[in-house]
Amino acid sequence: MSRSDWEVVIGLEIHTQLNTRSKIFSGASTAFGAEPNTQASAVDLGFPGVLPVVNEEVFSKAVAFGLGVGATINKVSTFDRKNYFYPDLPKGYQITQLAKPIVEFGEVDIRLANGTVRTIHLTRAHLEEDAGKSVHDEFHGQTGIDLNRAGTPLLEIVSEPELRSAEEAVAYAKRIHQIVTSLNVSDGDMSQGSLRCDANVSIRPIGQKTLGTRTETKNVNSFRFLEAAINYEIDRQVDVLESGGRIEQETRLYDSKKDETRPMRSKETATDYRYFPEPDLLPVEIDDAYINKIRDNLPELPDAKAERFCREYGVSRQDADVLSGDPAVAAYFEAVAQATEDAKLANNWIRVEVLGRLNKDDLDIRQTPVSTEQMTVIIQRIKDGEISGKIAKTIFEAVWEGGATDVDQYIESNNLTQMSDDSALAPMIDQIIAANPKQVEQYKAGKTKLIGFFVGQVMKQTGGKANPQQVNELLAVKLK
Amino acid sequence: MEQKSLVEMLKDLDNKTVSSRELTEHYIGAIEARDGLLNAFITRDFENALTHADAIDQMRAKGSVVASVPGGAPSLAGIPIVHKDIFCTKGVRTTAGSKILENFVAPYSSTVSSKLEDSGAIMLGKANMDEFAMGSSNENSYFGPARNPWDTQKIPGGSSGGSAVAVSAGLCAAATGTDTGGSIRQPAAMCGITGIKPTYGRVSRWGIIAYASSLDQAGPMTRSAEDAALMLRVMAGFDPKDSTSINAPVPDYQSSLNDSIEGTKIGLCKEYFSDGLDEDIAKAIDVAVKVLESKGAVISDISLPTVKHAIPAYYVIAPAEASANLARYDGVRFGYRCEEPKDLADLYLRSRTEGFGTEVKQRILVGTFALSAGFYEAYYGKAQQIRRLIKNDFMQALSSVDVILGPTTPSTAFNIGEKSNDPVEMYLQDIYTVTSNLVGLPAASIPAGFSKGMPIGMQLIGNYLSEAKLLNIAHQFQLETGHHLKTPEVTV
Repeated sequence: MSRSDWEVVIGLEIHTQLNTRSKIFSGASTAFGAEPNTQASAVDLGFPGVLPVVNEEVFSKAVAFGLGVGATINKVSTFDRKNYFYPDLPKGYQITQLAKPIVEFGEVDIRLANGTVRTIHLTRAHLEEDAGKSVHDEFHGQTGIDLNRAGTPLLEIVSEPELRSAEEAVAYAKRIHQIVTSLNVSDGDMSQGSLRCDANVSIRPIGQKTLGTRTETKNVNSFRFLEAAINYEIDRQVDVLESGGRIEQETRLYDSKKDETRPMRSKETATDYRYFPEPDLLPVEIDDAYINKIRDNLPELPDAKAERFCREYGVSRQDADVLSGDPAVAAYFEAVAQATEDAKLANNWIRVEVLGRLNKDDLDIRQTPVSTEQMTVIIQRIKDGEISGKIAKTIFEAVWEGGATDVDQYIESNNLTQMSDDSALAPMIDQIIAANPKQVEQYKAGKTKLIGFFVGQVMKQTGGKANPQQVNELLAVKLK
Repeated sequence: MEQKSLVEMLKDLDNKTVSSRELTEHYIGAIEARDGLLNAFITRDFENALTHADAIDQMRAKGSVVASVPGGAPSLAGIPIVHKDIFCTKGVRTTAGSKILENFVAPYSSTVSSKLEDSGAIMLGKANMDEFAMGSSNENSYFGPARNPWDTQKIPGGSSGGSAVAVSAGLCAAATGTDTGGSIRQPAAMCGITGIKPTYGRVSRWGIIAYASSLDQAGPMTRSAEDAALMLRVMAGFDPKDSTSINAPVPDYQSSLNDSIEGTKIGLCKEYFSDGLDEDIAKAIDVAVKVLESKGAVISDISLPTVKHAIPAYYVIAPAEASANLARYDGVRFGYRCEEPKDLADLYLRSRTEGFGTEVKQRILVGTFALSAGFYEAYYGKAQQIRRLIKNDFMQALSSVDVILGPTTPSTAFNIGEKSNDPVEMYLQDIYTVTSNLVGLPAASIPAGFSKGMPIGMQLIGNYLSEAKLLNIAHQFQLETGHHLKTPEVTV
């Protein structure tokens, strides 16, 4: 047997941090990056006698997500305690929703590289509190506990085991990421742990009905790692089964440095979480009016946005998907397309240059050094014919690297204005023709490709500022 | 100094025939004289009490408003009280009767203690209790048992034993307690005082160290129903910090104390007068019923067939919730930590083994077991079903009567050590009281006589938010009887 003889079954649990100002059960701030333990109230610290009070905002966000994926919104949802001991879990239990989650069912479409579209169903999405962090490497022989994150609201989005490859899993995770960011449910900043995936992976011989034993790889915090972790796990399971072994049901960790998953804990030593209804919180009831109000104010979903981009800006569906996935990218595109009144150039520049450069520098659109205003001026100057596309790229690079802020000023002070003036170009071209008789002869003998050589010479002399179209035209005349 | 009611004390304070300092010094003197024997206090806070009393006296002298009390609750300005050591009090340690919190000082105050402080009440200290409110005799306190002032060889009841002793022995004017399965009413009965467990949600649980969250409720422990009315008015009310608190206005309990009880329908639950009940108690309750009948109450017999299942259900639900509530005492962030833990598991194991007492560990184990995979439905699930059935029984009964009357306890106070090796016998102490916690109903215990020199308690259970009615009946009873006025002679 080989890998192609096995069917892969993947279900994802995605923990997304809700971008509320305060925590799910206390008034403490959720801002990232503060001094350890400065954003933990007595409630977050699990002090004696304190009580949780649900932050209403988490419900509106969860409902928005539910509506965004066509899910059932449960009008009565309840909280449960999940009991386990760990130093970064202050109360000794996590408050979560087991019995009656706020969101159930729902579905999302994922687009694969080969163009196929698959519908993936969701099992549920429930609210819960995050734990704190254990810091193992800063104190010799000791573990530090930072409880700033304790009590940060999470929405855990659970898929049905319908994903069949790492590619599908990543496409699904990206889709969820797009939806939560588009709906302002989460900031989606994966570098800060705002979206973390647990991947349940099993394999079975193609055609077999029953599921194979699964492993759960926990806390994968980038799409790239998710793909690598799943592929590693598939290969490992195929190897184990094909060499006659047995898959242990266990929790595994992905080590991105070694690109491997390894066991964290097995089922035998797995905690019995002893779930029971959280007596400190009453069932939360919401009504149609509440749901409808959220529905009426729901931001545009990525799919609807992509369709609109095709319609209003005439971009291809593939490009529209890229531009609409992240609401910040979409906003960037729309701002530039509208200001320049040239959606085609805006589309090309944003997809190729802006997104390409962000990707290279591992940055988010929110961190782009080139503002929409700067991008607009660059595109406008191309349209004006004042600069060439090539010069535009050098300007873009200068702005990106912080060497320029005012685009027009930069063009002027570096004398980058395109030469479109025949009276300046013509003598230069005459001189180049005179200096290269051999090439002129070959050209005239029919080797017309040499026009490129002459254009190159002109560009070299003008520092790339000559208007290439004009140079071509002048050369064609003068070389006749 | 003779024991006066809160109303009388407040009148004396307003008339300046006594100062808050004098009252406070009087109780400090009583505590210093008698508490070495009674052990009602875990922590004394006399210095702050006197400073506070002086401040109140100065405000009174100036004729300025004595205390700002939200919601029109009465001022208790200058009245010395005691808190069960389960109410967190900012700056004064709160132990819950446990070694694990021996040195814990909360950076916040419970809503109840804040409200009482706002009303001008003076806190003398923190009262002894069974560890984490788990117990019916006060013998489970890390700080040693409190003693019953009517007979110091006997237990005062629990878990709010220290509060009951302090009120009964005249060590304070009034006290707070909490009641999860009878912890206000049973010690009130055994020490001959008045105690009321309000409707679940009537009093905020914020800042009260949790035992069993769905059952815990705080209430006053006082010398009379009238005193309880004043205290409860201050303690009760909606609190946005407690999601289970009830958003309903707090009535002026005092104003309805003198309402006629003519026509009030009182049901006698036959299950509460069955085999295990002490004969003297049964007789005392009979007499008490006649008193109420003479005031126009209409008596009938009712049945609550499911109450026999209450104790088993309670001893599954309460430990289950406790097993989670007490998980936070892990030696990591606050409280007792074992010496030189060799690893994380050792830190947990030894901190909790050394920090908790036997009864607490027993209940944590029972609760953990009841919630564990494979047993959940058989224990916790079944217990919750019983809880619903008991509620149905009560709702049915309370559709035909206004209140249900019976004994508070099956026996009067027993000797220290007598039942400490027999948990089942000890648990049966709560047989008449746990039901109202399971259902969330308000219930009061008031003195109803004596048996061999030891106080007998009578219990009144009413419908949701019927505290005013319970206090009204209790007050009318106390107008006719003198049991609540009797005070023990404590010979040191």
